[in-house]
Amino acid sequence: MAGKEGNIKVSIRNVVKKYDTRNGEMIALNGANLDIMENEFICVIGPSGCGKSTLLNIIAGLLEPTSGEVIVDGHKVEGTGVDRGVVFQQYALFPWLTVKKNVQFGLKLQGKSQTEMDAIAEKYIKMVGLEKFIDSYPKELSGGMKQRVAIARAYAVNPSVLLMDEPFGALDAQTRTQLQTELLKTWQEENKTCFFVTHDIEEAIVLASRVVIMSARPGRIKEIIDIDIPHPRDQATKMSPRFVELKNYIWSQVYQEYLEVQK
Amino acid sequence: MGKKSKGADFVGKIPKGVWLLISLVVALILWTVLSIIPSTSRCFPNAIKVIGSIQTMVSRGLLFKDIGSSLISVLLGFLIGFVTAVPVAFLMAWYRPVRFIIEPWIQFIRNIPPLAYVPLVVIGVGVGRTPQVIVIWLATFLTMTVTIFQGVINVDETLIKAARVLGAKDSDLFVKVIFPATTPFIITAIRLGISTALTTLIAAESTGAVAGLGMRIKALSNSYETTPMLLYIIIIGIIGMLAEKILKYFERKLTGWQEKREI
Repeated sequence: MAGKEGNIKVSIRNVVKKYDTRNGEMIALNGANLDIMENEFICVIGPSGCGKSTLLNIIAGLLEPTSGEVIVDGHKVEGTGVDRGVVFQQYALFPWLTVKKNVQFGLKLQGKSQTEMDAIAEKYIKMVGLEKFIDSYPKELSGGMKQRVAIARAYAVNPSVLLMDEPFGALDAQTRTQLQTELLKTWQEENKTCFFVTHDIEEAIVLASRVVIMSARPGRIKEIIDIDIPHPRDQATKMSPRFVELKNYIWSQVYQEYLEVQK
Repeated sequence: MGKKSKGADFVGKIPKGVWLLISLVVALILWTVLSIIPSTSRCFPNAIKVIGSIQTMVSRGLLFKDIGSSLISVLLGFLIGFVTAVPVAFLMAWYRPVRFIIEPWIQFIRNIPPLAYVPLVVIGVGVGRTPQVIVIWLATFLTMTVTIFQGVINVDETLIKAARVLGAKDSDLFVKVIFPATTPFIITAIRLGISTALTTLIAAESTGAVAGLGMRIKALSNSYETTPMLLYIIIIGIIGMLAEKILKYFERKLTGWQEKREI
């Protein structure tokens, strides 16, 4: 398994997040603990309201935990940082910038030279196969293409951890599987630690080194499952007996959670 | 269905410029009809007479003086309005106490017709250019503040998050995200501001102005000179349309990146 015996990259320690709402205190996360290894691909799955996005935002530094801490590369997370890249479900491309300028946004903030920026942008735009659209504006792109740009933009600043919040959730099934395959390929080439939130079980299994199942009310980590399907994986992997077995098991676990939420 | 699409083809085949010409011709025909009907002929002298009155007003040495004076008041009032509206709008969007204190004032004053407070302005600052500029400033300031404020609070939260995780600091956020994201609203505000400035002109120039399009219309009404009055009304309309055209040009240049439906 990629990086399984490597160093701990991200350490989530007793992370609690509470919100004050009109109906009193709401516990979004009730003591999450998880160690993510270097180069590992973690997929987090669970019913809505289980705090999976909250956890991602806390790792990103966009939210502060009520208590507990997140350590990335030995440093406590305090606010956002370029060591943690984020891909959002809503793409979040800057509509007034071209594809190239979007990908260079973070590089420009770092004060890189134009030649350096051009080289990096070119590399990652090529990686996501959008060379022809380098000077297009986001409005000229389809949803799948926009998300490819967002992935290129996240990679461009060379983060050590890539956080993805249901990145393919708004895409049609075909584009979705296509992007999953591309993402797997990129992950193997670039060796980045990934933290990927989804509610699609097949997506989680095909991508992940480990699948984290979360339960709702209050949100906590329910179970962590090793995905022992060898790489390279592709869409055909979804037909293998082991995949079906894992899918049935995870589905039953997640389904229990849905039932809990229904109550 | 077949008939309809045929009609649509016919409409589409005629270039926009030709449509404009047709629109102008129809207006001239209507105008001529109105100038013939006895009950409306008094306030709609025919087009030839109105065009002829250009000569009358020029020979009286008034036409260019009036246009010039009005343009100065409109531009000064609008510019000061814009320069004050931008910071107030941003402050209102960023600091909620500022918003909660100022917003009711704006809503309150916005619904009062400027003509109502003109006498107070004159008593306060006397006659001349100053009261005209103050009245136009106030009206344009209110309109533009509301519009720009809406723009700032509508900036997509995910864009700010995306910029943060790419390494943007608070100062970067303003220049690189909030300002460009607000540009379409600022341009709309400018457009509304100019139109407000023109519609406020009559009120502004009833402050004892010595020249101006609005002031002259009032003066001409005292001598029942409907022909030059109509000319002046048309001139105000033409100025408004020209301003709109110039702004449309800048809008296309500056906010062409926006996703919007073709109309």
